[in-house]
Amino acid sequence: MLKTFKLGGVHPPENKISANAKIEVLPLPKSVFIPVAQHIGAPAIPVVNKGDVVKVGQIIAKSSSFVSTNIHSPVSGKVKKVDVATDSSGYTRQGIFIDVEGDEWLEEIDRDETLKTDFDFDAKTIIQKIQDAGIVGLGGATFPTHVKLVPPVGMKAEVLLINGVECEPYLTSDHRLMLEKPEEIMVGTKILMKALNVEKAFIGIENNKPDAIQLLTSKASKYPGIGIVPLKVKYPQGGEKQLIKAVTGKEVPSGGLPIAVGAVVSNVGTAFAVYEAVQKNKPLFERVVTVTGKGVKKPSNFKVRLGTPTTELIDAAGGLPEDTGKIISGGPMMGKALATPDVPVTKGTSGILILAESEAKRREYIECIRCGRCVSVCPMGLEPYLLMTVSEKHLFDRAENERVLDCIECGSCSYTCPSNRPLLDYIRYGKAKVGQIVRSRKK
Amino acid sequence: MSKILTVSPSPHIHSSDSTRKIMLRVVYAMIPAMLWSVFVFGFDAARVTLIAIAACLAFEFLIQKYLLKVKPAITDGSALVTGILLAFNVPANLPWWIIIIGAFAAIGFGKMSFGGLGSNIFNPALVGRVFLLISFPVQMTSWPVTQQSGVDAVTGATPLGIIKEALNNGVAVSEIASKLPVPKDLLLGNIGGSLGEISALLLILGGIYMLITKVITWHIPVAVIGSAALLSGIFWMVNPELYINPVYHILSGGMMLGAIYMATDMVSSPMTPKSQIIYGAGIGVLTILIRLFGAYPEGISFAILIMNALVPLLNRYIKPRRFGEVKKQPAKA
Repeated sequence: MLKTFKLGGVHPPENKISANAKIEVLPLPKSVFIPVAQHIGAPAIPVVNKGDVVKVGQIIAKSSSFVSTNIHSPVSGKVKKVDVATDSSGYTRQGIFIDVEGDEWLEEIDRDETLKTDFDFDAKTIIQKIQDAGIVGLGGATFPTHVKLVPPVGMKAEVLLINGVECEPYLTSDHRLMLEKPEEIMVGTKILMKALNVEKAFIGIENNKPDAIQLLTSKASKYPGIGIVPLKVKYPQGGEKQLIKAVTGKEVPSGGLPIAVGAVVSNVGTAFAVYEAVQKNKPLFERVVTVTGKGVKKPSNFKVRLGTPTTELIDAAGGLPEDTGKIISGGPMMGKALATPDVPVTKGTSGILILAESEAKRREYIECIRCGRCVSVCPMGLEPYLLMTVSEKHLFDRAENERVLDCIECGSCSYTCPSNRPLLDYIRYGKAKVGQIVRSRKK
Repeated sequence: MSKILTVSPSPHIHSSDSTRKIMLRVVYAMIPAMLWSVFVFGFDAARVTLIAIAACLAFEFLIQKYLLKVKPAITDGSALVTGILLAFNVPANLPWWIIIIGAFAAIGFGKMSFGGLGSNIFNPALVGRVFLLISFPVQMTSWPVTQQSGVDAVTGATPLGIIKEALNNGVAVSEIASKLPVPKDLLLGNIGGSLGEISALLLILGGIYMLITKVITWHIPVAVIGSAALLSGIFWMVNPELYINPVYHILSGGMMLGAIYMATDMVSSPMTPKSQIIYGAGIGVLTILIRLFGAYPEGISFAILIMNALVPLLNRYIKPRRFGEVKKQPAKA
């Protein structure tokens, strides 16, 4: 019996059509736009001005508090301006525009791609290096990694979980990375284990990636303490709480952090970025992005410099299909629909998914028939139909009691509702309102 | 960029399932029993079924269009299901005008007065049936002679009717045994009764189809039948001369139809497995109590309606197991 989480879950069609496309390096863009807020926490503060000449890897915006992170130039060239523009959220955000000239890297970055397994740093140095390198969770949450590595006072990490689940349909960037950089991920995992002072780490991979499971398992013997855990395919297994439950059997208490059960979770992409930062002095300025969709001519996985316009990725994958109806940054279950593809790739961009017009529109919704499917698929054991109703009626104290804040917004309820009800839309609204109320109470 | 893109919050994909498909699966599941009713009762069964379906669809359409003034949604399949279930719950020789009154009670009182699909507390078809049972007791309990020759068909009374009469008159079970069909005929449906309830086997078959296609889960049918078997079994063990063995209770009357098709109605049944078991057990127990001690030989319609009324309460107080539930610490003394 393969491990998985117990409560709820759905099985959307996997559609991993880009799974066999090797990671290709996307040609350098002519210009980039780097938003200073591309992580959870305080936006970084620009430290370059118009006209400055920058090199690849140079800090262009500095972390402004503990929960924040540095941003490095992904290209070499001249700063055109520091201004606002639209990013993938659809809002205008401050950012740095750079015109690309050549490809000149900072000298301290080791551009040699040979594997470097040995490291001799103490936990503090590792965490400092990760913080300096601007690493955030690359699974899409973009939470600054160094913050996770410093557990709150009185708490101790016992186990590190590396998330290779990639449960979102279509996306394959983590899958490809595991196939092409398995040992780098292992070394990155070892580095994170050292930083956390834990003896055990598990890499969780869903069973629809047997090649990755096999490859990593064959390498694991060289890295004592790291176990590979094949998992039964079920969405949203890549959710932090679901992954912890699946691998360790423990449940993060409501309102608590994973550290409450002694777990820290990082994505495989993050582990790879940690490897590069610690072993190669390479800050986070590029990542793997899947470009996919049923109508896409050449579904691909690209290694992309941050700030590259999404349009260039789409062009490299064969151009925007004629019948495009929706462009999504991320996967189909939790990704964000873009109003325009003219937005930059940021640290959290795991994929660009193009849906045809026929797939883009929601179907009209009808009355709830109280079938209870939303209740049975909710991985948090909530009652989405009820949360929608109480949010719609502004019964926010009821919503709070029914634990609306526990919702992880995985979308399983809306996905499964036979009446096409926009459950998650209303739950998000209720969550936002209850969140406000809870915060105002604390003041 | 000339293209206009759709922007909406996630999720961006949807399962291919729809309410209409679910309703149609319920219809498919009832087709074997429907065909059997035509085989047993002849053209009359088809007549009753067609009138019930047409009347339910018509009342749904008329009430939505002219009374509620909303866009009629008769294609969602829910009125079709109600129509078939209503037909399944009446004798095959019921006059056409009584069927129409039943359809009006089902759709008008049972469903639309609460606000239509999804808002009704009670199973609409059962509201229609009980309305007719109380208003037209004679027509609703005179069962047609089955058309099958060569089989030991019961005429005029259902197995449960015979059992009830014996129970009321203090006749021992062993004395009526010859009048009762054997369990095999109960299973196959060579008995008298409402047109859709007679063949336990075909009803179970449709139930398995609904289980596989995830229209229903096992909880409600198992809880209804299990609790009914348990309770009637206890009575039977205490006094087998007075109370008949549980096989008759399970296989006769509306037990299978009720447990598999009526109690499981999504709208009027509870949401979580735990509350579904309580709800199902309540139906099973009430059914047997009515059959043994009530005024009517059959009690499952009443049992379901009574438990329907408790569903909002069950939904309110029985919560699913929450992820990461923090157990409340007992208050320190």
